Amino acid sequence: MTLTVNTAAALALGDDALVLSHRLGEWAGHAPVLEEEVALANIALDLLGQARVLLSMAGDEDELAYLREERAFRNLQLVEQPNGDFAHTIARQLYFSTYQRLLYTQLASGDGEFAPLAAKAVKEVAYHQDHAEHWTLRLGDGTDESHERMSRACQALWRFTGEMFQPLDGVGVDWDGMRAAWLESVGDTLRRATLTVPEGPQTGAWTAGAGRQGLHTESFGRMLAEMQHLHRSHPGASW
Amino acid sequence: MTNTDWPLWEVFVRSRRGLSHTHAGSLHAPDAELALRNARDLYTRRGEGVSIWVVPSAAITASSPDEKDPFFEPSADKPYRHPTFYEIPEGVKHL
Amino acid sequence: MATASAHHTARTQADEAADEAARTAAYEVVFDAAVAADERIEPRDWMPDAYRSTLVRQIAQHAHSEIIGMQPEANWITRAPSLRRKAILMAKVQDEAGHGLYLYSAAETLGVSRDELLDKLHSGRQKYSSIFNYPTLTWADVGAIGWLVDGAAITNQVPLCRCSYGPYARAMIRVCKEESFHQRQGYELLLALSQGTPEQHAMAQDAVDRWWWPSLMMFGPPDDESSHSAQSMAWKIKRHSNDELRQRFVDIAVPQAESLGLTLPDPDLVWNEERGHHDFGAIDWTEFWDVLKGNGPCNDQRITQRRRAHEEGAWVREAAAAYADKHTNRAVGSTSTTGETGATRA
Repeated sequence: MTLTVNTAAALALGDDALVLSHRLGEWAGHAPVLEEEVALANIALDLLGQARVLLSMAGDEDELAYLREERAFRNLQLVEQPNGDFAHTIARQLYFSTYQRLLYTQLASGDGEFAPLAAKAVKEVAYHQDHAEHWTLRLGDGTDESHERMSRACQALWRFTGEMFQPLDGVGVDWDGMRAAWLESVGDTLRRATLTVPEGPQTGAWTAGAGRQGLHTESFGRMLAEMQHLHRSHPGASW
Repeated sequence: MTNTDWPLWEVFVRSRRGLSHTHAGSLHAPDAELALRNARDLYTRRGEGVSIWVVPSAAITASSPDEKDPFFEPSADKPYRHPTFYEIPEGVKHL
Repeated sequence: MATASAHHTARTQADEAADEAARTAAYEVVFDAAVAADERIEPRDWMPDAYRSTLVRQIAQHAHSEIIGMQPEANWITRAPSLRRKAILMAKVQDEAGHGLYLYSAAETLGVSRDELLDKLHSGRQKYSSIFNYPTLTWADVGAIGWLVDGAAITNQVPLCRCSYGPYARAMIRVCKEESFHQRQGYELLLALSQGTPEQHAMAQDAVDRWWWPSLMMFGPPDDESSHSAQSMAWKIKRHSNDELRQRFVDIAVPQAESLGLTLPDPDLVWNEERGHHDFGAIDWTEFWDVLKGNGPCNDQRITQRRRAHEEGAWVREAAAAYADKHTNRAVGSTSTTGETGATRA
């Protein structure tokens, strides 16, 4: 598949939303409290809606979602990370929604082809970030156990955050400015949650920039196998 | 530590501007901020509202059904509070 | 009281008992009149203990059914074969969580807490609809659940919008409004399969074959074997008998199946001109009771997952409560109030 610049960007952003939506969908029936079942599903549905618009900009949404091999996906490794416990899910939400909000805010204020989508999505994403921040505060500054779990989660996912700020061709935003704003926002939330900002590198030794280049982590293949198997079992069928 | 029993909140939703908030239902939340967010997710996910109030159920003082008669019946025999009580000659306008 | 003579105390107690009985009798007259006049009973009204406990049992069972009912469908969220179907299914499963919440809230107006009710579900002391003890084996099962299971549920639930207990009736109005999309999406899903490839058609037929009879069982045992029915009808908690509702459902489903191009697995299903209804075959009540008693294909699995989600979520709920305690925005007052500023605790 040869991609035009903007198709590649639409795929990257669309895959982020698609994959994270899928991971959040795995929570259905497993959330820590009923109210959170509803909240997580709302976020997953927002993201799936964004994914469908973005993938449709790049081609047929279902062909792209269901018929690409693992190496053709352009999402960040962060969003494909397994749910883990609720703390891991919240840390992933905090890191990603903060990024997505900064990104979409810039895209919405421009006049590029992503501006209309971004203008709508930025409101959704602002709510996702609000949700993640409120839970980060409660888990970080809750009990000893929740503090411990949240610290571990923030630490574990930290090395997947650097990838977010690698410039994407076709997306004209101030990437360095975004990284600084992201660090400030996330750092502020973590400190208010009595957590420390992780000190390790923001990218792994081997995997720098990997997701955007189609290099993923092991669990992603299994996720795709589950997501795609039914669609692929019935070639050409409509649903 | 076994405190997992989150308190109950009553939710009031303004369905559109110009209308007052009406009682939509209740939910559990550990604090006011999450109560508001849970209410948004639960009671307005089909676009049912433009504004939400949450109130701890414990903070509401309600009239008792036993007091129904003294509370509400005395107002039933004061028809002069209602406009239909007054006879106005036909043809008089804007009254 | 310590200074009162035994004699005096005894007389007072007897008087009080007599007063109490007279008061109860007077209340009962008011209650019966309200029910007879089709007025709603509200949380702080006096109500017979048996009315209260019947409602708690029924609303709790209904709420439990909603949240256990998330599982068989959530089983397919990660495998939904198109993004459109995936969005629909996620929204539907989310609605079920929401419906569970509305119903737990309604139950809480009767003086029980959601935690107590969840405890009873987790320990098997309260039940949920047996239909959810059947497995979802293929994608078509998602359609069959929407069409048949939600269809049966709606048939049951529409009359509950006029239930004599106000908070339950109001919750059901909201639930029914939201559920109308559930049944339609199921029907549409099955139609796409039925008109799709031969494999898809076979998948749809197989699902309908497996879900038809359990759906008929959802209306409960035949009227002459239903233990709670008569009293519930008298209290207007229930408006129609099990058999009446079952017949209504069959009559609606038969032409819908024809439009789908699918058959229903009952050789005895035939229109009876005289009755103006469809006759249908005998239901296997042995299976019904067997599944109800715990021997269904998924009873253990469903409860185990529910219990695990609850237990694994305990630290999260504790954390949020601890955070609220540390900061000032915690609700004033205790956690023991009941909904709609309603019933005092028994």
